[in-house]
Amino acid sequence: MADTLTKPETVTLEVFRYRPELESEPTFDSFEVPYHPEWMILDALNYIKDDLDGSLSYRWACRMGVCGSCGMLANGQPVLTCATYLESLLPGPIRIEPLEGFPVIRDLVGDIGDFMGKLSEVKAWLIRDEEKPVEEGEYLQTPSQLDDYKQYSMCINCMLCYSACPIYRLEPEFIGPAAIALAQRYNMDSRDEGAEQRMDVLSQHHGIWDCTLVGECTEVCPKNVDPAGAIQRYKVSATMDYFKSLLMPGSSS
Amino acid sequence: MNPKYRPYYPRWYRKRIPIFWWLQKRSHAAFIGRELTAVFVAYAAIMLVVLVLAMDRGQAAFAEMMDWLGTPAVVAAHVLVLCILLFHTITWLNLAPMAIVVKLGDRKVPAAAVLIGHYAAWVACTGGVAWLLIWR
Repeated sequence: MADTLTKPETVTLEVFRYRPELESEPTFDSFEVPYHPEWMILDALNYIKDDLDGSLSYRWACRMGVCGSCGMLANGQPVLTCATYLESLLPGPIRIEPLEGFPVIRDLVGDIGDFMGKLSEVKAWLIRDEEKPVEEGEYLQTPSQLDDYKQYSMCINCMLCYSACPIYRLEPEFIGPAAIALAQRYNMDSRDEGAEQRMDVLSQHHGIWDCTLVGECTEVCPKNVDPAGAIQRYKVSATMDYFKSLLMPGSSS
Repeated sequence: MNPKYRPYYPRWYRKRIPIFWWLQKRSHAAFIGRELTAVFVAYAAIMLVVLVLAMDRGQAAFAEMMDWLGTPAVVAAHVLVLCILLFHTITWLNLAPMAIVVKLGDRKVPAAAVLIGHYAAWVACTGGVAWLLIWR
């Protein structure tokens, strides 16, 4: 009872605004939103959009932590706004900013074209040397084979890991945590035969070797994908492949 | 067109990254601090080579080196270096299970076993070097 008495009636959100037609530098607008214990940050943003300022721009879609489109910084921390309670950031004010590392198009909307391009570069899809005819049925997999890559397949492309990664902010050429984790997801899939094709991109300087294991990507991942672990595992396997090729030239890894 | 080329949009806002970006967050400062301990790892490796070279130059050169190493200031400095090396080594070894996932058949070797293996290898290497420098 005492706890409910101490809850505020409203919470202040300081929201990053950037309207390129009006200003050359971003500003922060303060909004008072009603406090409801069941509200997520996204609910508060939707309240602002619906009732206070319809010009506020941000991305969202599913509202249940699956689409990965509502990632933003809340008090400097990359979070999915649909999965972060206002309550967890009380008493406020709560500062909402776009994800770091991506150029801002408007307000809380960043340009994600770079990440989309990198997903294509690492060929984050199943590659087969030869597809078998449909009549031969599906490619079977044991539970253990599924377990090898399942963790990495949980990535929802929310890009919180890119925002948390200081290396990506300093060197935007870095392929980055999610794209490498997704490449590993396919490399470790028993049905895939594309590891060598991905190697050219992943083993270059701006691939795995740019990563200095800060580990923040794993900390902020809402799906426990552990991109830092995926990158370190790839470093070990790429190093072993390199020494294998030195000792046994001509052999395929 | 160069596939790396990205169009420049002058009206997009790009945040500048300050040179002391790593002081803005505790975890980043801790990361950079740990990275800097690598300087002391390099120092220790060079020190080991210098010791071996002193041995190679003969007993007098080695004794002179040992005298210098025994001076209070050098001992104090090397105790500090040892503490930094222990911090660097332990934090590095603790990351091993993240990078090395071993499978025996269908079963994954537990992370603790991978960790213990690394510590055992560390102790064995340290013992080998100690045997070479102290008891040989």
